[in-house]
Amino acid sequence: MSTPQHSQAVPPVPPGAHRAAPQTAPQAFSGPPPGGHGYASPIPVRRTHLGHAVASEWTKIRSVRSTVWTLAVMFVLVVGVGLLMALALGSQDGLGMPVLAGGFFGLMLGQLCVITLGVLVITSEYSTGMIRTTLTACPQRGRVLVAKALVFFLLSFTVTLVACALTAFLQAAMIEGKPVPEYIDPQMLNEETAATGQAVASAGEWLGATVGAALYVALLGLLSLAVGTLLRSTPGAITTMLGLVLLPFIVSLFLFTESVREFGEKLREYSVLNGLSSLFRIPFEGGSADTGWPLLWLLAGVTLAALIGAYARISARDV
Amino acid sequence: MIEAVGLTKRYGAKTAVHNLSFRVRPGMVTGFLGPNGSGKSTTMRMILGLDAPTEGRVTIGGHPYRRLPNAPRQVGALLDAKAVHGGRSAYNHLLCLARLSGIPARRVDEVLGVVGLREVAKKRSKGFSLGMGQRLGIAAALLGDPQVLLFDEPVNGLDPEGILWIRNLMKKLASEGRTVFVSSHLMSEMALTADHLIVIGRGQLLADMSVKDFIAHNSADFARVRTPDDAPDQRDRLAAALTEAGGSVRPEPDGALRVSGLPLPRISDLAHGADVRLWELSPHSASLEEAYMRMTQGAVDYRSTEDTRAGLLAQPPAGYAGPPAGYAAPQAAGQTAGWPNPYAVPPQQTWQPPQPPVSAPVPSPAPAPADPMIERDSEDAR
Repeated sequence: MSTPQHSQAVPPVPPGAHRAAPQTAPQAFSGPPPGGHGYASPIPVRRTHLGHAVASEWTKIRSVRSTVWTLAVMFVLVVGVGLLMALALGSQDGLGMPVLAGGFFGLMLGQLCVITLGVLVITSEYSTGMIRTTLTACPQRGRVLVAKALVFFLLSFTVTLVACALTAFLQAAMIEGKPVPEYIDPQMLNEETAATGQAVASAGEWLGATVGAALYVALLGLLSLAVGTLLRSTPGAITTMLGLVLLPFIVSLFLFTESVREFGEKLREYSVLNGLSSLFRIPFEGGSADTGWPLLWLLAGVTLAALIGAYARISARDV
Repeated sequence: MIEAVGLTKRYGAKTAVHNLSFRVRPGMVTGFLGPNGSGKSTTMRMILGLDAPTEGRVTIGGHPYRRLPNAPRQVGALLDAKAVHGGRSAYNHLLCLARLSGIPARRVDEVLGVVGLREVAKKRSKGFSLGMGQRLGIAAALLGDPQVLLFDEPVNGLDPEGILWIRNLMKKLASEGRTVFVSSHLMSEMALTADHLIVIGRGQLLADMSVKDFIAHNSADFARVRTPDDAPDQRDRLAAALTEAGGSVRPEPDGALRVSGLPLPRISDLAHGADVRLWELSPHSASLEEAYMRMTQGAVDYRSTEDTRAGLLAQPPAGYAGPPAGYAAPQAAGQTAGWPNPYAVPPQQTWQPPQPPVSAPVPSPAPAPADPMIERDSEDAR
């Protein structure tokens, strides 16, 4: 009785007929086929793969307003605050911080938009019930999650990278070459700046303030997506992520008494905010040698672990 | 072809579906009936691999749903009309589903035309009515030209034209040799649409048979007998004679009698023998609705109780002036004994002649049974 249609049970259709076939498909059939073996679509059934899911998720993410809004706000914050910083620093005689460091303040706010979008990518499906439609259309649930993660990560990374690069160029154009005040410890300066006494951004600083920062924020967004998959609730996941990003740093500020000071310093060193500020070479804790990259790899590891947990959860759970 | 074997789903201590086994065959519309909370939607979700069964299994064409290589091309489902992201347009909603199974974008335009949503295709689905949402869900189900179709309450929220449309659509899909599995609580709708019925109550199988067999097994035919309205004694006399001859007689609200267990000619003979004139003697066969109600009586989870408004009548607090003037309880006090469910009454119940008017509910000088609320209301009038 069973007819596994995904095999060769379908009538032979020439390869070129595939595109034209849907046009006539609903009308073409009248009366059951002989033998009562059920219906067989004239369009060949193909095995689906990750590429289909990625195309679907790309259609999804670009067809809702929340994507446009969160990324646009992030872009405006990063570039706008970066420009204001450059203007403020440019009006002073000397430059007391690395050339590209002004990009941090806009991105510190902008990262919250990326976190929100990362959460919404998955939790909006749960809150609207769309997830049942999606997982009915693609019962290979892990594939849906991987496609979502890929599409979101690449999109948020690209947009953040463009925003950060634009900000870095603005700052380099407006404040590079300013003299460094004498009170700055020469140990803190990069080689070229130390040699000439004029503020110049090194290649490592450029990489950290553009690719590094964009990667860091996109990873945070990906972690939000994993947390959203685990919690299945928009407010729950956003609150969790805000707590994760802001709380360790804030708590560490109150741990100044002798007994807990060391713990507070560790907490500050490994806080999410310190990772981002270190990439801009203005670490809250950890000294000038800390470039932010070790913390970025740590975040990548945590994100990967959370994604594996989310993969296991979405595959096993009833929806 | 859908096949369930020993399907069981438990949520903690509550068993939603218990040991359910059935087959849904291609080429016909199979109705899936059951009262609210009987496990219809849970079963549908298990068929679609959304919920994992606690025990047993369910397969489509021999495969568990989650193992199908391209599920939307073989199974189309309408589970919940509102299971869409409201911020996305109808077109984009269908497009992302089409992408997922490699269906070309032109097919999206096509199914939008089939369900009649082409004009609102670019509108965000947040603003859709329930009926439009149902149409969008049906479009999604048809997208892959599948051989198996599942519809959970598809006529919910549709207007009469839409109901007729979905009825014809389901019949057409079945006539093409597809397997069509439709859940509904509208018996009248299933009577017109379904060829075969699967009935569940409290998560257990109650019946799995054709519509015709279902009615035959679960209901008795009856005759409607009406005596002249101006001679109530003739009605009582006839009722007594019919009961004596072994028939079961029940009064109907309009004064006619509902007789079962006696053939029509015999009823006529008995009436003649009792010297009773007849205004009507007509054969009736029970509807699917009745057969269904009779079957599921014992398996209804949510039963309503009569709203006697006792909480409102008891001791109004000081300063409470009672209901506003002109307010009258919709039912007279003497008639609040209970909302009669005609099917809940066993058919063996015999006809009781009307009681003499001595036992009027309220001994009151008023011509009609007085409503205590109205009485108090007039006292409170300012």
